[in-house]
Amino acid sequence: MLAFILRRLGQSVLVMLVVAFIAFMVFRYVGDPVVSMVGQDATTGDIEQLRTRLGLNDPFYVQFVRFVGNALQGQFGISYRLQQPVSQLILERLPATIELAFASALIALVFGVVLGIYTALKPRSFSSAVIMTISLVGVSLPTFLIGIGLIYLFAVELKVLPSFGRGQVVQLGWWRTGLLTESGWRSLILPAITLSLFQLTLIMRLVRAEMLEVMRTDYIRFARARGLSQRAINFGHALRNTLVPVITIAGLQLGSVIAFAIITETVFQWPGVGSLFVNSVQVVDVPVMAAYLVFVALVFVVINLIVDILYFIVDPRLRDGARTGR
Amino acid sequence: MHSSLTRIAAALVATTMLAGVANAETLRWARASDSLTLDPHSQNQGVTHTLGHHIYETLLDRDVDGNLQPRLATEWYLKEGDPTVWVFKLREGVTFHDGAEFTADDVVFSIERAKSEHSNMRQLHAEVESVAAVDDYTVEFQMVGPAPIYPNNVTNTFIMDRGWSEEHDLQEVQDFASGESNYAVLNANGTGPYVLTSREVDVQTVLTAFEDHWAEEPPAVTEIIYLPIADAATRVAALLSGDVDLVQDVPVQDIERLSSTEGFKVETGPENRIIYFGYRFGEEPLRSSNITDSNPFNNPLVREAMELALDRDAIRQVVMRGNSLPTGVATPPFVNGWTEELDAYPAPNVERARELMAEAGYPDGFTVTLDTPNNRYVNDEAVSTAFVGMLGQIGIQVTLASRPVAEHSPIILANESDFYLLGWGVPTFDSAYIFNDLVHTKTETHGTYNVGLYSNPELDEKIISLGTETDLDVRNQTIAEIWEVVKADRVLLPVHNQVLNYAMREGINLAVHPEDQPRMTTVTFSE
Repeated sequence: MLAFILRRLGQSVLVMLVVAFIAFMVFRYVGDPVVSMVGQDATTGDIEQLRTRLGLNDPFYVQFVRFVGNALQGQFGISYRLQQPVSQLILERLPATIELAFASALIALVFGVVLGIYTALKPRSFSSAVIMTISLVGVSLPTFLIGIGLIYLFAVELKVLPSFGRGQVVQLGWWRTGLLTESGWRSLILPAITLSLFQLTLIMRLVRAEMLEVMRTDYIRFARARGLSQRAINFGHALRNTLVPVITIAGLQLGSVIAFAIITETVFQWPGVGSLFVNSVQVVDVPVMAAYLVFVALVFVVINLIVDILYFIVDPRLRDGARTGR
Repeated sequence: MHSSLTRIAAALVATTMLAGVANAETLRWARASDSLTLDPHSQNQGVTHTLGHHIYETLLDRDVDGNLQPRLATEWYLKEGDPTVWVFKLREGVTFHDGAEFTADDVVFSIERAKSEHSNMRQLHAEVESVAAVDDYTVEFQMVGPAPIYPNNVTNTFIMDRGWSEEHDLQEVQDFASGESNYAVLNANGTGPYVLTSREVDVQTVLTAFEDHWAEEPPAVTEIIYLPIADAATRVAALLSGDVDLVQDVPVQDIERLSSTEGFKVETGPENRIIYFGYRFGEEPLRSSNITDSNPFNNPLVREAMELALDRDAIRQVVMRGNSLPTGVATPPFVNGWTEELDAYPAPNVERARELMAEAGYPDGFTVTLDTPNNRYVNDEAVSTAFVGMLGQIGIQVTLASRPVAEHSPIILANESDFYLLGWGVPTFDSAYIFNDLVHTKTETHGTYNVGLYSNPELDEKIISLGTETDLDVRNQTIAEIWEVVKADRVLLPVHNQVLNYAMREGINLAVHPEDQPRMTTVTFSE
């Protein structure tokens, strides 16, 4: 078990290094940070001097090694755009992203499972057809349009929800939460729905397909033959067996919700790490971009590691293989 | 369905309007991006200066017509008998937000800080040799040589308190390479009309009126909530939904709708920013052209043909939806040296342009790549696209290379572009600023954005003389001479001046500021 985890950890470190390396290669094509840092009055000499001081004239591999060296000591430098330490910027914005991600994951899970069961149990009803059609629209419309559409409906026309931002926040230690105020909750609704739609549809379709599959199996037929109530069959037997793959997928999707809330955060001016990244890309704020991409890689690596360990515990074949040294 | 929605909306608008009048003193102000830092000398950037002007103050200020106005300095003049010394008489009875008194020593400290190595304001004070306090309310600036228009350069240089700055170790401006952040990035102590109450970067900044400010009339706005909203559609929605009161950076496609929506209005005014095309000079063949033995742009006939192909009015109507001021000279109208005569531009004449192309030896035209930014100026890529079509009519086959400004700028600054679009603002409101950077031969210190490498030694000499000529009539005469050559040579191909639009709810009055730096102290409320 320990050897297994160590091996996995080693692989995770490798993945992070590769991500950092690719990120650094890409940065060379995003543009020159110095031009937006100095303003239009700067002379050619000034620009060159700042570039040298920041080490941007060094060869690519020197910059990469320096970045990795500093990152290992937990130093990501200061943001070229905001002049504040990068790790502090990301930590400050993380709570906003995590609260949004969990809220939307919750919406996706609850509505996805409920609607999935409903459409599986009544596959031929009119309402199922409607739900399935709407869900298709939800997946095919870009997040940007859904967000703007919701803003115009609920904020501009109906004026019942705020159009942007996170509302009032409360500081709990270093964690800045929007979940303790009414305006915080109201602000959360639209972005959480926007972000959840894709996952919601995914989970709903997955539950539906799995459920239809399970309903055809022998043990369900046998349960019917035993004269169990419809309710006991649907929820006690069918649903329980449906949920195993759903939980796996939902867990893995949580990573991408955290990492790719970028568009939703931008549309709603949600002050999370995603909107920080977008603002940084525009001015080639390399320290923030690099730290963000490494952070995203870390999120995925950790989630995958946890999933792997869970599999290891659940699946006896893996466990036995490890014991015998394979 | 829709009509009932509208009715509910109308009712809600009515209630928010009432609420708005009841606490009219708070103004929620949204624009596309946040101030980058509160450190007054670290960034030379409009958005950062705009917020800065509410917390800090400068020696001199500009009104919405672009004229210099007294601020912390009440008088300014060249020292009698010595044209190399500027004297600034300071306002008495001014205090900083922490209660410290404002004196000449603070000016000395601030100018020295703005001149220091890591400051992005230092080029504006490059001609200052030293600053000295004569008494508590008089400062003398010893210039390197005669500097007749130097006061134009102090309108964005903020004055800090020496005591506060030394206490927090702020003698040095924020250094990007240091890896550490200084205290002034997030904290401020100015003499300005508003005190910083709270700041959450990229989220909101709250300012409240400074009770001990020297101005006789307190501002109508007693609290400012500054809210950066990056997405244009969300920004407009925030105004329409009543979540903000005032929006800068209004997208041109929304202007008409906003002005026709009841309860909202749009203020429009010219911006101090010219949009122009530039091209490569010199004999060397172009990099992106099929003509490999000569440089077609170096031929004055080709440049004339291109100007005749450019239909500025069509760009104004179609691309800018009326929101631009077409011009024939590469300077905005506020700037010293601008004249109506220069501003005039020829009517497009494709036939004549084709003749000129043939006369120049390119009857079949040529190919070239046009580099354009796509996120820097208003509809920048669309302006370039329109010109590509117009040039096609005279046989110039243009490939458009469109990039975000972060990629566009390094390419043109490395002189790697044959043909490009660029915008230029003139913070000193004087033509010399344009000549120094766009017309003077490119060197370490001059012609930074003269990326077409135009070079005219005779003009260079005249441009340098502008820096030290103290007789303003002679100086203005030289400026006129330079413009004449620049226009006749078609050194740049100007398209238009940008127009600014501020959208706000009815009941707020705010004029457009030519540098896009509106002051909330000038806001008034009406029923």
